[in-house]
Order: sequence, then structure tokens, then C-alpha cells
Amino acid sequence: MLRKQMADKSIKATAERTSLSPGRLFLRRFSRNRAAVTSAVILAVLYLSALLAGFIAPYAMDRQNRQAPFHQPIGIRWSDESGWSRRPFVHEYHSGKGITGYEKAAGKRYYVRLFVRGDRYKLLGLIPSDRHLFGVDAPGKVYLLGTDRFGRDIFSRVLYGAQISLSIGLVGIVITFFIGLTVGGISGYYGGTVDNLIMRFSELVMAFPSFYLILAIMAVLPTGMASSLRYLLMICVLSFIGWAGMARVIRGMVLSIRERDYVTAARSQGVSDWRIITRHLLPNTVSYVIVAITLSLPGYILGEVALSFLGMGIQEPMASWGNMLQAAQNIRVLTSYPWMLAPGAMIFITVLSFNLLGDGLRDALDPR
Amino acid sequence: MYRFIIRRVLSAIPLLIAITLVSFAIMQMAPGDFLTQMSLNPQISPQLIEKLRVTYGLDQPVYVRYLRWLWGVVRLDFGYSFAYHMPVIKLIAQRAAATLLLGLSSTIFAWGIAVPLGILAAVHRNSWIDRLTSILAFMGISVPTAFLALLAVFVAARTGWLPIGGMHHMSYEFMSPWQQFWDLLRHLVLPTLVLGIGMLAGLMRQVRSNLLETLRSDYVTTARAKGVSERVAVYRHAFGNAINPLITIFGYYIGDLLSGAALVEIVMAWPGLGRLMLDALSGKDIYLVMGSLVISSIMLISGNLLADILLAYSDPRIRYN
Repeated sequence: MLRKQMADKSIKATAERTSLSPGRLFLRRFSRNRAAVTSAVILAVLYLSALLAGFIAPYAMDRQNRQAPFHQPIGIRWSDESGWSRRPFVHEYHSGKGITGYEKAAGKRYYVRLFVRGDRYKLLGLIPSDRHLFGVDAPGKVYLLGTDRFGRDIFSRVLYGAQISLSIGLVGIVITFFIGLTVGGISGYYGGTVDNLIMRFSELVMAFPSFYLILAIMAVLPTGMASSLRYLLMICVLSFIGWAGMARVIRGMVLSIRERDYVTAARSQGVSDWRIITRHLLPNTVSYVIVAITLSLPGYILGEVALSFLGMGIQEPMASWGNMLQAAQNIRVLTSYPWMLAPGAMIFITVLSFNLLGDGLRDALDPR
Repeated sequence: MYRFIIRRVLSAIPLLIAITLVSFAIMQMAPGDFLTQMSLNPQISPQLIEKLRVTYGLDQPVYVRYLRWLWGVVRLDFGYSFAYHMPVIKLIAQRAAATLLLGLSSTIFAWGIAVPLGILAAVHRNSWIDRLTSILAFMGISVPTAFLALLAVFVAARTGWLPIGGMHHMSYEFMSPWQQFWDLLRHLVLPTLVLGIGMLAGLMRQVRSNLLETLRSDYVTTARAKGVSERVAVYRHAFGNAINPLITIFGYYIGDLLSGAALVEIVMAWPGLGRLMLDALSGKDIYLVMGSLVISSIMLISGNLLADILLAYSDPRIRYN
């Protein structure tokens, strides 16, 4: 295996130069994996743009343009019939004769400018502002990924949707791992009846047809519910299903670690159980946990997408990648306006990046 | 062995009861019931609604309704669907057959391709074929089912090569049996592909890594040292042991299959359980929801049991006592 060879080489190199810390070793191995590094960069960019969605998006999430439903994507151009331009610009479009499509209005250029004033938003939810990274002067419009049924800019909505779709994974995984680590740690450390009870319960949770159950729970939530509350409940429901598998693995690891001498030593010195679990047992599972986090995060993102796609998750007018994809479900919309699939491509890129990153982390943390 | 099976089946009973309890409780939390929507219709008199309420037993306390329902389930009577006006069990039987067909075809598709590709990748590891399949596998694992289904519908609609959805052509009833079979097959292609791809990708990686692991073990080295050909070393010695653990994965995928199938069914208008469940949920058709949940749980549990039994048969080291 190539990676094994590389790992062997790096171990030899370490022996020669002696003192390289494990962290250093990990970084070295990780940085050799181009796919994983690229994925990490992509994810960083995605999360950063989600954080700054208000600033980067040229329009507000719910800014409608009733004159331009299902507008095709407008490309930023450097040239047209009248020649090249030193500044990028977009053309103006008018609705055409047919049902679909907008025709380019000849001649007029709308230059793309940086830091323009536009819709009001709150940066990071705190700082009110109306400056946007880029935009064009009215009546020009810049729709990088086209518009939806209500003439809302899909590019902007993808960015706002990322706030929900990307954060759901992070929050969900934190909850799952908190429960999974605690329960798995307790179960593995104490063993006996406690262990037995916890394991039976986790089997019960795992035997549920989870997807249908989640659907049922989401379906009975009242429709008028505040979207932030709905969002939180959705995370809780997804995490509740996810913790069981995690707890079982942690339990298995703790079971073997607790027999080691240093744990016995700690116990004989009268260290409390809680401290042994949190300070001596769980830290040993860290490398597994890091990899598992990266590899199970996509599950939460996909869970949100599936639920919102079926209309049981995040509700309009809030944007999430799942409910944006739902709008493409209509066969006429899908075939005539394929840019409606853009959020799907974003989900794919995100999940792929997490999987590649997780794979790279595993190789770097645990080179076998 | 039989003892083990009986014990597993028996232990599934409290599990099923727990599932029904939880889902009944969830459905009770829902505001309103099936008749609430009806009462908004001015054509229906309040007296009629009251009558229906009594006929369907909706005026009884919760626990009475639950116990009644549970007693019905024991006698294979899953109650009556308000929206479809037919017994739930009949409705579910129709739909579950469609879901099973889809699940079966995508499982065959996934295993049929994943196993040979995984072997190929492991035998020629670090070759171009290994890299290509690994890239494809990562993409296959990562693509959201709903998105893939939409893409498939898009391609089908643009090219017209395959039907864009449904299970039968409109004129299905008037076709000869042979045409009917061909029609069903054509409708099955896209949903099978969409549902199978994720499973295929995951399986292929598993086959590859399991085979690599086995090829590294001592007994294979011994066989090679004794001079058997690479072909014999791989297929005779390593293959069987590499495949064994995958049987547990088979059981594990059933849960995925059910949830994935729901999305595929909804996008591609496949008349299966998932679609039925969604309709039932939005219509507050409580007995239909409960029935679907119970049937899908049974499918999940029996799938896992089947996997355990298969594993016990194929691996002599495992003994259930």
C-alpha cells in the first residue's frame, strides 16, 4: 500500500531526526494526502462563507423579484459584441416570448462592483450592515446560479441555506458525541448490570426503523412552530438515533483500556470514577473519535436534506439545501430549469469533502 | 441454531411492542386527527363526523384505542385506512411488495458489481483501476439519494430513453404478460441504479479492504510459499474468508435501504411503502402510519436476523448457543 510505504518512510525519517512529536508526525502524514488537504480547504471555505453569508450573498434570503421567476444563471463577463472590458460586467435580461427563458438586452453593461450597498443584514447575527461583497447597479441583476419560482437569487439562498445545512451537522455531532461518550464510558467502565441495561437500550434504539420514526416525529410538529425551534428539535431527533452506535464502540474501547495498569494505579490512589472515565479512559479514544466525527457528520447533513426535501424539516421561507432541492422535484421545473439542482451539487461537494477528509485523518492518525 | 432463531424471534416481540408504543404516543401528540380536516368541509354535517368518530373509535381514551389496535395486530388486523378506505394490511401488502422488489433488485445490482470490482481493486492495488474505483466509490458514498434521483429523472426526461417514474406504463393492463414484464423491467432500471449506487460504493470498499487484509494473513503467505498460483491464492484461499464479514453488512444495509427507498420512491413515483408512509403522515391516517412502522420494523428485524443466520452458516467459527 502506498500509504503504508509512506508511513514507513516517515517513521524511518523520524528515527533519523529523532524527536518529532506525534502531532508533528500526524501533520506530516496528513499533508501528504492531497485529496484530504483539498477537502479540508474546501470545507473551510464553505463554513466561512456560511458564516459570512449575509456579506457574500448579493441579495437577502427572501428578496423576491416577481419579474424574474426561474431566471437562468447570469454569467459575469469580460467581453461582448462591442469588445473587451477592463471591468467585469453583466447584461440585462428581459422576459422572452415563450414561457421559459429571458432574452439578453443588447448593449447595456452593468459593471460588477465590490462592497456595494444593498439589502440590510446582520453580520454574524450581530453587526447590522448593508454592504455586500459584490453587486451591480439597479436595474441590473446578478444571478450567478439563477433564480427560483419567486425570483429569489439561488446563489444567495445557497449561502444562507449553508448556515442551516452545515451547522446541523456540527451541532448534531456535538450532542451525539456527548451522549455517546458519556454513556459508552460509563457502560464500559462499570460493566455488569449497568452495562447490560445500557447495551440493551442502545440495541432497542438501533432496531427502530429510524428514518420512518424521524419522519413521524417531524410530521406531528405543529406547522406554525418557530423555525428555530423546529431546527433544534430536528437536531435532537437526529442525534437521539445516532448516539447508540457511537456508545457501543466507545464502550468496547473503554472495556479494554480499563484493564491497563495505569488505570489500576489511578484507582488504587483513590481517584474518583468520574475522573478516571473523563481523564484516563476517554482521552484514549480521541483518535477514533476524531475520525468518527468526520465520517458521521455527513449523516446529519444528509438527514436534514432528506427531511427538508420531504417537507418535514426546515420550512419556507427559510432556506436549507434540502428544501431548496425540494423545489426541483416538479418534473417541469426540473427539466426546464436545471439550475434548481445547484443545492444538490453543494451537498454532494460537502459530503464528499467530509468523507475524503475523514479517510485522510484515519490514515494519518492510525497508519497501519 | 433453532434455539437461537427462536430466541431472537421472541426477543423481537418486546421490541416491536416498544416501537408501537412510541409511535402511537407520537401520533397522539399530533394536533387534530383525520376528522379535523373533514370537519372543515361544509358539505359534511357535524352529526356525520360525530358518527364517524364513534365508528372509528376516535372518541375512546388513548390506551383503549392502543390496546384495541394491538389486539387487532395480533390477529393480523391493522385497522382501516381513513384516506384510502381499505384495510391497512391490504394496502401495505401491495406497497411493501413494490418496496421489496426495488430493494431486492438494487441489492442484486450492488453486490453483483461491488464484489468483482472490489476483488479487482484489491488484486491490482495501487493500479489505475484501484484509483479509479476508489474515486468512484467516494463519489457514490457521498451523493445524496434525493439529488441522484432528481438527476436520474432529469436525464430520463431529457433523453426519453427510460420512463421518468412510476412502476407501470399507462396501458399496462392491456399488455401481454411478456410486454408487462419488459415494462416493469424498464421502470425498475432507474430506481434500482439510484438506490443501489450508495450501497455498491460502500460494499466495494469493504470487499477491497477485507480481501487485502486476508491476503496479508499468514495462511495465504504459506499457500503462496508452497507455490500455488496467485489466482488460486486469491480465489480459493482468501476470497471466502474475505467475503464472510460482508454478510453482516448485508443486514446492516437493510435499514439504509428502507430509508433510501423512501426518497427514491417519492421522487420517482414508485408506489412503495415510503411513499405510502409520507402520504399517511400528512393525512394523519394514524393506523396506516402505525402499520407502516410495524411492517418496516419487522422487515428491519428479520433482515438482521437473516444476516446472523447466514453468517452462522457460512462461518464455522461462529456458534450460537
